[in-house]
Amino acid sequence: MSTLRFLTLAVFSTGTFAAGPNLGQPLTSADLSAWSINVLPDGTGLPPGSGTAAKGAPLFAQKCAHCHGEGGKGGINASLVGAPPIKSIDSPKTIANFWPYATTLFDFIRRAMPWQQPRSLTDDEVYSLSAYILAMNKLIGEQDEMNAQTLPKVRMPNRDGFIPRFPEKMQ
Amino acid sequence: MRNTVPVAGNGLLDRRAFLRGGAALISGYIVQPAAAEPLADAPWSKEPGMLVPAYGVPSSHEKAAARMLSNPKGEPRTQHARTPHHLLQGMTTPNGLHFVISHAGDPDIDPQMHRLAIHGLVKRPLVFTLEALARYPMVSRFTFVECGGNSAPLFSPEPVQAGVQALHGLASCAEWTGVPLSALLEEAGVDPKARWMVAEGADAPHLSRSVPLAKALDDAMIALYQNGERLMPGNGYPMRLLLPGWEGNMNVKWLRRLELTAAPAMTYYESRTYAPILPDGKAYRFYFLQEVKSFITHPSPGLALKGPGFYEISGIAYSGNGRIAKVMVSADGGATWAQAALQEPVLSKAFTRFRIPWQWNGAPAVLQSRAWDEAGNVQPTRAQLVALRGQASRVSAPTGFPSQHFNGPTTWAIDPAGSVRHVYA
Repeated sequence: MSTLRFLTLAVFSTGTFAAGPNLGQPLTSADLSAWSINVLPDGTGLPPGSGTAAKGAPLFAQKCAHCHGEGGKGGINASLVGAPPIKSIDSPKTIANFWPYATTLFDFIRRAMPWQQPRSLTDDEVYSLSAYILAMNKLIGEQDEMNAQTLPKVRMPNRDGFIPRFPEKMQ
Repeated sequence: MRNTVPVAGNGLLDRRAFLRGGAALISGYIVQPAAAEPLADAPWSKEPGMLVPAYGVPSSHEKAAARMLSNPKGEPRTQHARTPHHLLQGMTTPNGLHFVISHAGDPDIDPQMHRLAIHGLVKRPLVFTLEALARYPMVSRFTFVECGGNSAPLFSPEPVQAGVQALHGLASCAEWTGVPLSALLEEAGVDPKARWMVAEGADAPHLSRSVPLAKALDDAMIALYQNGERLMPGNGYPMRLLLPGWEGNMNVKWLRRLELTAAPAMTYYESRTYAPILPDGKAYRFYFLQEVKSFITHPSPGLALKGPGFYEISGIAYSGNGRIAKVMVSADGGATWAQAALQEPVLSKAFTRFRIPWQWNGAPAVLQSRAWDEAGNVQPTRAQLVALRGQASRVSAPTGFPSQHFNGPTTWAIDPAGSVRHVYA
């Protein structure tokens, strides 16, 4: 390779960035592991590990019932169990009557709960709490194990209950 | 002398009647003011004043100009702080009065330690310090931010007895300065498979929202400054995502991470909270836009009129679709309308102050405004909005959220005593 050609390639390969300040530092996926907590409906982002309702029950009593009530029946914060019919525009939205994807349960518990101590649960604990809440709502069996393969397959009752407001804005 | 004959019912005057100086003759109902008292020097004029503080705060006589707090003791739930529109003027919300919603308090972020990561479907995952971002070419723009739940009590079947702060206080407007997000995404190199961007905050709930990549590459900004100073803690210090004209919750505060993806993440806030239920039981999802809206701030409940005579009616109009094109005002419950003056500058996706002079004759009056945007959208009537979106099953609390994305009209009734209350018309 001639020197000239090499220089041309070098300029070409960095040319996209040449005009900008280029002040970001490169990141590896290892650098991102503590922060990379998005879970998508197809299961992308779900970590290894697993949990069951039986393991989730004592965790829930210890870490969640303070706000969400015993057995998730509601307290100073939302009820997590039950599917009252949606009768009006201000009907309560619950996991079983509204949430379209079970993966959102794992994602939200892992990033935001418990309210006083977010990011303190292990992935197995998040799977167990997800399994407990889904089982209390009879969306999975009492014995079903939740993991990266099974959780995205849980069919939520209101999966198809949504209409994009401005589809042209989603392009 | 300009035309000051009323141009619509109940004493609305031509919007140009008092512009560019000069007196105007008002035909119709005229109040003769009583004679004034003799003038005397006040105590503050006869001695030196206060020390000038290092960081100024408003006059001690303006304590009422404060935000309305929904959870002042910080109980384990969301805190809302609502802007007192009835005590403000112009188009800019002072930083200390900008609305805030914090789902688990405002984090106290050390700017030296904060990082913004861009990764996912990009050629080069990157991380930025605040110092690095502050070296990028910046842009400034005025834009409103509005919570998707602002004005939601107006879904109630009967008018909630509350003022403009409770009803509409979850919208504010500021000049934001920061780095165009497109510049950072170009440096990271967007993978052609990317369609969405999942934005995440560094707050305790790690609030996350999915944003279509087209919006991220259009007018999105990593905002570092608010009305010239660094962001307030409640507005995302040291950096937030700014998506002009789009649902407040998507303008992720305390921004720490942007992951480019092929599909939306269906996060808690997009798949549950900001998915308004429709009358048939289905729900809208990915509403995104804050649609054209207006409301009268002066007068409004709590600002009683002090007897018949001249008043300026003014309020705020805005649209997530662009500039405000026109605001019409009625003083007779929508029977007749007059065009309001729009205060310059009229900016895209920013608050626009509208004003119209009014000669109140002391009889009952019913005030309402209606706005049009440059894209041709018009603020729906209440009947049109209810036909599409329905009404709540019961009257909401003054700061309740029976649904989201209400942009119908707000109506104030004025009784002969001058007091103002919320009605439907």
